[in-house]
Parts: sequence; C-alpha cells; structure tokens
Amino acid sequence: MKVLVALKRVADPDNANKVKIPADGSKIDTTGLEWKPNPFDEYALETALRLTENGKTPKVRAGEVVVVTFGPPETETTLRSALATGADRAIRVNATDEQLDGMTVALGLKKLVETEQPDLVLVGKQAVDGDTNQVAQLLAELLDWPQATFAATIREEAGGLVVGREVDDGVLSVRLKFPAVVSVDLRIVAPRSVFSLHTDPAHKYNEGVRFAPLPAIMQARKKPLETKQLADVAPGARAKVTYVSFEAPPKRKAGVKIADVDALLDKLKNEAKAL
Amino acid sequence: MANVLVLAEISGGKVKKTTHSAVTFARKAAALLGGSYSILALGSDVSAVLGELAALGADKVLVAEAPTLEHYLAEHYAPVVAAAAGSFRVLVATASAFGKDLLPRVAARLDAGYAADVTELLSEGTSLRYKRPMFAGNAFGICRIESAVEVVSVRQSAFTAAEPTGSSSPVERLAVPAAGAGASRIEWVNLEQVKNERPELTEARVVVSGGRALKEQFYELLNPFADVLGAAIGASRAACDNGYCAPDLQVGQTGKVVAPALYFAVGISGAIQHLAGMKSSKIIVAINKDGDAPIFQVADYGLVGDLFKVLPELTTKLRALKDA
Repeated sequence: MKVLVALKRVADPDNANKVKIPADGSKIDTTGLEWKPNPFDEYALETALRLTENGKTPKVRAGEVVVVTFGPPETETTLRSALATGADRAIRVNATDEQLDGMTVALGLKKLVETEQPDLVLVGKQAVDGDTNQVAQLLAELLDWPQATFAATIREEAGGLVVGREVDDGVLSVRLKFPAVVSVDLRIVAPRSVFSLHTDPAHKYNEGVRFAPLPAIMQARKKPLETKQLADVAPGARAKVTYVSFEAPPKRKAGVKIADVDALLDKLKNEAKAL
Repeated sequence: MANVLVLAEISGGKVKKTTHSAVTFARKAAALLGGSYSILALGSDVSAVLGELAALGADKVLVAEAPTLEHYLAEHYAPVVAAAAGSFRVLVATASAFGKDLLPRVAARLDAGYAADVTELLSEGTSLRYKRPMFAGNAFGICRIESAVEVVSVRQSAFTAAEPTGSSSPVERLAVPAAGAGASRIEWVNLEQVKNERPELTEARVVVSGGRALKEQFYELLNPFADVLGAAIGASRAACDNGYCAPDLQVGQTGKVVAPALYFAVGISGAIQHLAGMKSSKIIVAINKDGDAPIFQVADYGLVGDLFKVLPELTTKLRALKDA
C-alpha cells in the first residue's frame, strides 16, 4: 500500500490559552508559542506506518509512506521528524502561512495525488489551530474518491479498508475500496485500532504514537525531501473565506471556592437558582 | 436570490434536534438578507418526517428520495445537496458528525467557501459575517465567505432549537443526480449505536462530566448523580481514552461542545481541550481534590475535596432536596 500523509505544524496546542489578540483585532498572535506537529496529523502518520507494516517488525515497510507539508522552509523540521519516525520520502510545498487555507491545501494535495498515485491519503481530522475540519472532505470531493472521516479503527482487507468512524451516537463502519481519503480521530492510536493485512489480528500496539530512535533521526537526514512551489501545485488558488477581524473569548468571572456539600447546594439553589 | 437552505439531519426515521438549531440560524440569516429559508430532507423515504419539517416555518420543504440515500454517505448525499443548494445564498447545517462530514464535500463541489462551527451570525449591510471559535475556543475569528453559495455549519449549543410555527410549508420533490465514481467505492456496513436512556449530551439542561479520577467507578458514581438531576453524562478525553466510559461522551475541542444551564466537572483537571467544549455553560461547578486544577479558573463554584466522598453525599442530599 502506498500512503500519502499530509502534516501541519501548529502553535503549541497545550498553551493555546496564551494566544493574544491585539486591540485592533487584526490577528491571532502566537508569538512565544513553540511550533508543534498537529496532534491529529501525528496520529495520521502513526496510522500510515501501522498500515504499511507487520506490527511485529515495525522497522520494515510493506509499502511506502510519503509525507507532505505546506509551508515555509522551517516546516521541514516537521517532515524530518516524520522521516525519522519511519516515513520513506517527504515533499514540502513552499508557501507562506498567509497563503494557505483548507481549500488551497486540498487543491495542492490533489495535484500531488495525481503525481504520486497513492492508494490512500491520510490526514488528521482537524488542525487544532483553525479547528475547521475540512481538508479530507474537500480533497475527496476534488478527486471524486470515497472518504471516511473521524476514523477510530481501520482494518485493511484486499483492495480496501473497513473504517470505524466516530459519530455522535456510536461507531459507524464503512467499507472503502482504494483509492480513498481517510481522516483520523483520537482513538486511532489505541493498541488495537489499526490492522494491516500483514499484522497478526492478536497484535497489540503500544498506546499512542511511536518515537524515533536516535539512529533513525540521523538516517532521516539522508532520506529524500523534495520541494515544490505552491504556484505549481495549486495555481490560481484563492481563499474564499476571509477573516475580517479576531476577538478574544469572553472571560468568565472568577468563581468562589465552597467549603462543603451543604454550602454548594445552598449556592446552587438560592444564588444561582440552578436547581 | 438571497435565500437560505437548511439541510435537515434525519436519523433512524426521526428529525434530529440539530436541525432545529440550523433553522434558528436560517431564520436570522433570512431576516438579515431579506429572503426566506427552505429545508432540504434526504433519505430513501422521508414521508414520516415531512409533517414536522413543514411546521418549521420554511418557504418550502425540498425532498430528495432514492434507495441510495437510505444510509447517510457523503459520496451519495453531496451531489444532491450541491444541486439543491446552487440557487441559494447560504447552505447551513449543524456541526454534528453529519454536518462536519458532509458540508466541506458539498462546498468543494460548489467551489464555495465553508465556515465551520459558527457560533454567531453578524452582518454588514446585506453581507453576512460569521463568528467562529479557533485555537480550542481561545480566539474567535469573524469571517466572510466570497463565493456564490456560502456554506456554513453552526454550533448546536450556540443556536437554541427553533420552535414550530404551525406552518405547513409546501413540499417540492427534487431529482436525484447520479453520484460520482467515489460513491461506487464505499459501502455502509453498520452503526454500533450506543444505547442511551439519558437526555442528549448536546441538548441537556444539566450535564455531569467525569474525568480520569473516577477510574472504573465512572458509571457507578455518576449514574445515580445524573439520575437525580435528570442530567446527561459527559466525560473528559482521559476518561474516554482509559476506557472508563464510552467515547461518544467526550466533551471538548474535538468531542462534543455543550452549553447547559448547569455543568458539573467531577474529577476533571480542566485541560484546554476540555474547556473548549464546556466553557460556555451558564453555571459551572467543579469538584476536584487538587485546589490548583485549572478547572477552578472557569468554575463558578469550586469544591476542593475527595470526589469519592463528595459525590455520594451530594447525590444523597440532592435527592433529599428534590423529594422534600
């Protein structure tokens, strides 16, 4: 199986409450926050690795994993770390952050898919900065491919996948034939969430994503990383959603600490009138 | 034409309440645009829900029926929705798993811009502006969409469910266009539905959420507490990931977003991702043994204590209060 994984870096999501909005509302200022891989995209990479291996021999790829990112030269860090984790090749589409939105990325990915011809495109279900949750769906429509979003489980079968999608009232299973687009949810990295045809159905992965051992980090420097230009892969792409201004969320007033259950019930009943 | 199309969410032969939130948005948008709103229903046979949809005050109820639309699959639904939406200014559905999965696909088909999870509708003249949360709700962006059709998903908790107006909107049947090649490569297998006797998490007046601290006693402790309050049960990601409760209970940036009148966070520390899903609740109560937990910064009432003692006591005393 050949898998194309799209990766994005985001301002440290665990410190997202430290973003600042200047008084004129002109931007979301993430100064001081470290760049981190988008967590859902890390899960997508882990999923791609699990799908292209026998779980018992994770250093041997049964297939190919190509990772892609869109951004300025410093986003190559994201790609190098994906290569160290086990991806085979990387492509960076050179662009400034301002040039990129979901549709532009989807158009660019479409072009890359036409060249690379993967069986599967894997992405995280949403980037935790813009929180839009759209690239998989946009790309699937542009390619006229089937989509399975919010994947919590994936089982490979001949010529396709059975995907368990996390929906509002449970898990919805769909069967896809390649080529297809899948976006992954949180629980895709649970120990028994992903099985390739090569992996023993009794196999248990470690919880979460794998980390690159030091020698792999050294070797990753020699793996191929190709650069393309946004104008070549997404010519004429123009954002259709324009942000006029930004605001900080309303602040909740600091509450009070309550001594015991009786006092809490009194407050809820008589002050908040919530009971 | 400056009209609005609401995409109804129909599941198990019923109109989901998400639809009513989208109708509330549509009423506001239609008023700002000086137009009307219609409702679109898809399925293999939607006759059972037409009465309910026709009573929501829409200009028309548009119906597309075909055997291929029996189970929701974006590949089959997107061409129908896109064809229907082409003559409208705005297409809206609620940002449920259904809306989030389908609307971007429809937007791509219409070459339209998509604003996700909108919490407020604004305007400048007759041009609409959409306010939406970003960075786990730590910032809001106000955007406009520059395409012939504007595709919008709305956050259910930010738009109260529309009440029926007693109308009986005319029903118009639509042709179902052929689906693309992608549709022939996907098949609906089954829905493992989580049985739930409680109110829907996203609609409940009271939500009690538990965190990792509850461990294997998650349901044992929360069920009686929720029962006495008539509450829905929610959970933190950590509780779901550890298997203490069902994943569909997760409240947060990537789970469900709730804004009940009363929210209890029990044994939840208050990670940014969780706060994103419940910060708009009217009254927040936190019970946690760590007095420095971030949850106390958003809680109206904080009780520092051992939840294994506090929760049973609270349950018993609440029951006594209710029975009194």
